[in-house]
Amino acid sequence: MAEPLLAVDRVTHRFGGLLAVNCASLTAREGCITALIGPNGAGKTTLFSIISGFLRASEGTVRYAGEDITGEPAHRLARRGIARTFQIVQPFAGLSVRENILVGAHLHQRAREMALAAAEQIGRSVGLSDLLDQPADTLTVAGRKRLELARALAIEPKLLLLDEVLAGLNPSEIRDIVPVIRGLCSRGTTIVMIEHVMQAVMSLAEHVFVLAEGGVIAQGTPAQVAADPVVIEAYLGHGAAAKLGASHGH
Amino acid sequence: MKGLAPIVAVIAVLAAVPFIVQSNATLNFLVVSLMVALAGQGWNILGGYAGQYSFGHAAFFGTGAYVTAILQVRYGVNAWVGFAAGIAAGAALGAVIGALAFRSGLRGSYFALVTLAFAEVLRILASVAPITGAGVGTLIKLDLGAQTFQFQSRAVFYWVILGLVGVSLAAARLIEHSRLGVWLIAVRENEDAAEALGVNARSVKSLAMVISGAITAAAGCFYAQYFLFVDSGIAYGTWISIEALLTPIIGGVGTVFGPLLGALVVKSLGEGAKLVTGDVPGLDLILYGAVLVLVIWFTPGGLIGGFAQLRKRLMRSATRAAASIQEAGHG
Repeated sequence: MAEPLLAVDRVTHRFGGLLAVNCASLTAREGCITALIGPNGAGKTTLFSIISGFLRASEGTVRYAGEDITGEPAHRLARRGIARTFQIVQPFAGLSVRENILVGAHLHQRAREMALAAAEQIGRSVGLSDLLDQPADTLTVAGRKRLELARALAIEPKLLLLDEVLAGLNPSEIRDIVPVIRGLCSRGTTIVMIEHVMQAVMSLAEHVFVLAEGGVIAQGTPAQVAADPVVIEAYLGHGAAAKLGASHGH
Repeated sequence: MKGLAPIVAVIAVLAAVPFIVQSNATLNFLVVSLMVALAGQGWNILGGYAGQYSFGHAAFFGTGAYVTAILQVRYGVNAWVGFAAGIAAGAALGAVIGALAFRSGLRGSYFALVTLAFAEVLRILASVAPITGAGVGTLIKLDLGAQTFQFQSRAVFYWVILGLVGVSLAAARLIEHSRLGVWLIAVRENEDAAEALGVNARSVKSLAMVISGAITAAAGCFYAQYFLFVDSGIAYGTWISIEALLTPIIGGVGTVFGPLLGALVVKSLGEGAKLVTGDVPGLDLILYGAVLVLVIWFTPGGLIGGFAQLRKRLMRSATRAAASIQEAGHG
């Protein structure tokens, strides 16, 4: 079997005395959508920050496209093709939507005209056509999520880390954006997504990793993971799986 | 080149001033204002576009002034070469301070304090070191001539500083429309988000500091050449640190014309205050402070930001008026 595009191997991260990520391993196969789920505080975003170079792992290694990238700074990883979105969206407030996307588009395109054209095209592809000249800070939550996605796409990533891009959206907005994500994948971008919206995880992801208290407690297809008693307990508390099982039994 | 036309127009209009105004006092006032505008444009590249507020741009101004003066007086270097060397020294100092401050990850007020410390240390060194003339200062010998960069007529100095301001305006415009400019603004707005998009924040900030240092140093070189005297209190004094940051903030931080507009307004206010109050020391400074508070209170984008806001509001009310007329017509 070919080496996965991303391989996180036994990564541990401590914030002072707090063990945020504890010996977690996961892989993402090229061209697939991999989901990372888990209860709040499980360490999902911390793990993303380590993969994307914003935090340095206390222990363990991260391999990407066959190379060890542990501890490389974020801007260099972006050049290698790793893009991330932020859970708390962070638009460049003083700039228009188009200029926000332009920041990313300039990574591989120095000439302003070419970069602007690329930015415009990416803006359209995520459904921001009518908002390109709006100041970024006037966008709605849904608009900001799309902008966050567009900016990340502008650096032409091979690996896209999406940190809760669906959170805070209403069901119809989620229905609108899910095909956009699926479209990216079908064009060859490998995606790892942190998501709480299970309906989207079920329909998008091919493989799911479940993180709880810093460690990976389960993995498999969405259906396998949803039925796993360990996962149910992690979300609903100790003994919940047994109770559920018992109530089904009656 | 797109976007340079307004700069050419403004410089052309200002270049005509000496043909109309003959008064030496007025020309002197304009020369000093333009010199401050130049120092302010340097600050604006780093503070306005990259969002790194320096409290110590005197470090660059003073280095430019001292290098120009010392090279001529002590080493007999040609004045024009000295001028260029002063600018280069400012750029080099920018690289050093940038490397030290940004490598250790200083941001916000910590960065501001470090720049202030650099300027103060340089001031103290300049006030005791023999090479700067210590407490006495350095006097450039009066020797009029184009070769010595000394002119009888204030108009010539006026055109020289105007030319430098024009170059700095064009530089700001070019940066604004380049990849560097876009990345500087991204770093200013959100450093982490910029890093995630492949922007090496440390290196673009350092580059901004080098350009900033060179431009502000040019103002210092001009000072030395114009007044033919430099001492530590003038060259590295807090006055120029304050004026270099005040002019862009009042004029419009992160805009091409902000420093020029701000310098003319601030300097006019200062002169106005002196006329009204006589020569009560420090009163013009109180006025500076009051204007700064008012500007930040009412238009955080400076005067240029204020104009833009006003225009938007007028246009909105105009379209609303047009719409209501149309509606009335339909009724």
